[in-house]
Order: sequence, then structure tokens, then C-alpha cells
Amino acid sequence: MNSGRVSTPHVLLGLLATGDKHGYELKRAHDERLPQARPLAFGQVYATLSRMQRDGLVTVAGQERDGGPDRTTYALTGEGRAALDRWLNDVEPPYPYVTSTLLAKMAVALLVADVDRVRACLAAQRQAHTARLRELTVLKHAPSATLDDVVAADFAIAHLDADLKWLATTLSRVADWHREVRHEPAPGP
Amino acid sequence: MSQLQARDLTRSYGRTPALRGVTLDVDEGEIVAVTGPSGCGKSTLLHCLAGILRPDAGEVIWRGERLDTQPEAARSRLRRTEFGVLFQFGQLVAELTAAENVALPLLLAGTGRRAARETALSWLERFGVAELADVRPGEMSGGQQQRCATARSLVTGPRVLFADEPTGALDTLTGEQVLTTLVRLAREQRTSVVLVTHEPRIAAYADREVTLRDGAVEHSGLELNVPSTGGAR
Repeated sequence: MNSGRVSTPHVLLGLLATGDKHGYELKRAHDERLPQARPLAFGQVYATLSRMQRDGLVTVAGQERDGGPDRTTYALTGEGRAALDRWLNDVEPPYPYVTSTLLAKMAVALLVADVDRVRACLAAQRQAHTARLRELTVLKHAPSATLDDVVAADFAIAHLDADLKWLATTLSRVADWHREVRHEPAPGP
Repeated sequence: MSQLQARDLTRSYGRTPALRGVTLDVDEGEIVAVTGPSGCGKSTLLHCLAGILRPDAGEVIWRGERLDTQPEAARSRLRRTEFGVLFQFGQLVAELTAAENVALPLLLAGTGRRAARETALSWLERFGVAELADVRPGEMSGGQQQRCATARSLVTGPRVLFADEPTGALDTLTGEQVLTTLVRLAREQRTSVVLVTHEPRIAAYADREVTLRDGAVEHSGLELNVPSTGGAR
């Protein structure tokens, strides 16, 4: 899960948290929610769902067959909800290549969580990134640091710096968005 | 020991609040980064701490005594003797050479001409720009100007250096060189630094980071475990 690749099971859990869906709906929702990610293959959706069902994270909510192929609708179980919560609460180790996981998590958080939860996620992540940035800054200026060390540290620092700016911007955006939403009159009939 | 304290500072520009109850302690020799988005109150806080601006409410305490209630003359004296100030753009005096610019705070503090020039030269050397001693700012690059300005801000051995985006106009590498020299020399002479920046990578050189948002402290802490003997180089 720390490989920097998007964790498909958790994204699917997040999508199911918004309502029961069958495989095709999940695939479509995934591709819409993560437009920068590689589109999910149907085979992967069904394989992932069957593993998740085996592990008790999802359950079959219904089956319909109107002339077409068999459509199984899946629902999130309590265990699935707990797994999703754990994933959202877990801070991603701030390695340079986890950006896509980080983005996916924030996208899912925006989808399923309230604004305070999203801001807490962002703030926790910012703290982890800042701590790592500081460690690297100390390493880079250690008397024993070689040019290779400095160059590698520069690379990681530049990515962390960019991530931190993105986290700060997102925190501001979420705050602005929240303010706007609260002050807007409810949509009319 | 905490030598500079802000207590519940409030400051507005007209009807626009810039600070809304900010409390901050700066210990002797401590480097504190103040971060946050544009307009969050970073610079206003720095100006209040340095006695340049007066807060509308709250207190600034310098070594146990109120600073904000002192008359301008006393605050101005403090800025000449105990504080150093450094901004994004050097503010070197265009008509003076690098050595004359760096010697200026010493001359204002009453140091003799010859001694002031010698000290200025040694500080230019520490920032790697000794060869620019007799060059005027107009003939220097931005990085060279900022090295001279940084040397000038530290030349009197201030107890606190107020630095507002000191590397903001420099490229990454030049900024890093100026900053690491600044941090090393500040640590050597136990100068506290209040470092205002919106760059996470710059804030990472501080012992502690305080984040402002909408004129209030959003986050304070993140102690950096710098080895007590070494410090950032």
C-alpha cells in the first residue's frame, strides 16, 4: 500500500460508501473520480470485489438480470466501513512517489467525509510531510553527506515541498468551499 | 529562555483584521519560522515583534519589559542595537559600496570608521562576497545583493534577526546558500531568528514552525531535533 500505487480496494470501498453499486457502476465512478488514474479494467473490478467479499468487506445486496448479463449489486459491510475509516485515518508515509495515493485519499475523503474530517486528514498529512522534510534537510546538511546524498535529498525535498504547497492550497480551498456552502441559501425546488 | 514574547496581539488595517489574538514566544538563540498563506498576518506579526508597528491590543515583551508601549525613539534605538531586519529585497543603499553598506549599522551604533570597515569586510567574507567590498549594489546580481544585505543584518551581532522572506527573490540554490550561511552564523552568535516564509523547504531550517491562518495561530510546534552540538549548516 506504500508503493505509491492507488489502492483500488479502498477506492472501491469509498465509492460503495456513497451507495450500493454493481461492477460497471463502480468502474465508471472510479474513472470519473480519478480521471488522472489508469482506467480500471472490468476484470480487476470483479476480482477485487470477490476478494473483498471473501474478506467480509462487501456483501451482495441484490442480483438482477433484465435480458442482459448478470448484474450483482454490492454493498459495504460494517467491516468494510471500518477498513475504509482505517485507511483514511492512516497517514501515508511521505515518500516522493506516494503523491497519487495521497491524491486518491483526499478525493475519497472529499467524497465520503465531512469538512472537518477532510481538514484533519490534510493537517495530519501536512505534519507528516513537514517532519520528513525537516529530517531530509538535516541529513542534507550533515558533514558526512556526499553529493549523491545531497542530490537525492534535493529530489525528495522538492517533491515534499510541492506536496506541502498542494496540501496548504487544498486546506484553503476546502475552507473557502465550506464557507461558501454554508452561506449559500438552500437550493430551491 | 523566552526573550521575546507576543501576547494576544491584535492589529487591523482600517476594518481589515491582520492579527486576531496571536501569542508567540521566541527563546534566546531559537530560530522560529512563521508560515502561512499570503495575507495570513505573517509580516504584520514580524513588524509588531520588531517594534516597527504597534499592535491595537495585546503586548510585545522584550526581555521582561513592554516593547510596544515604548516611544518610537526607544523602539528605534532597540532596532539599531538589539535587532536586525532583513527583507526580501536587500534595501542596500544604492550610493554606498558593499563594505560601506555593511559598515553602516556599526557606524550608527558609534563604532569608529576603521573598525567598522574591518568588521564589515570580515562579514562580507563569511558570506563569500569579499571581492565585492568596493562594488555598488547596481553592479551586483540579486544573490550578491542579498548576501550583502544578510551580512549587514547580522553585523552588529543582534539578539534577534527579523527576516521577511529573505530568500523569496532568489533561485533555489542561491537561496539555500544564503539561508544556510544565515542560520549557521545566527547559531554561532546565539541570535534568535524570526523567519517569515511561505516556502516549506525554507521553514524546514528553523527549530520550530508556527503557521498562521486568517490572523491566528493555526499550528505551533513541530520541534526539529537538531543535534545540540551541530545545528544546520
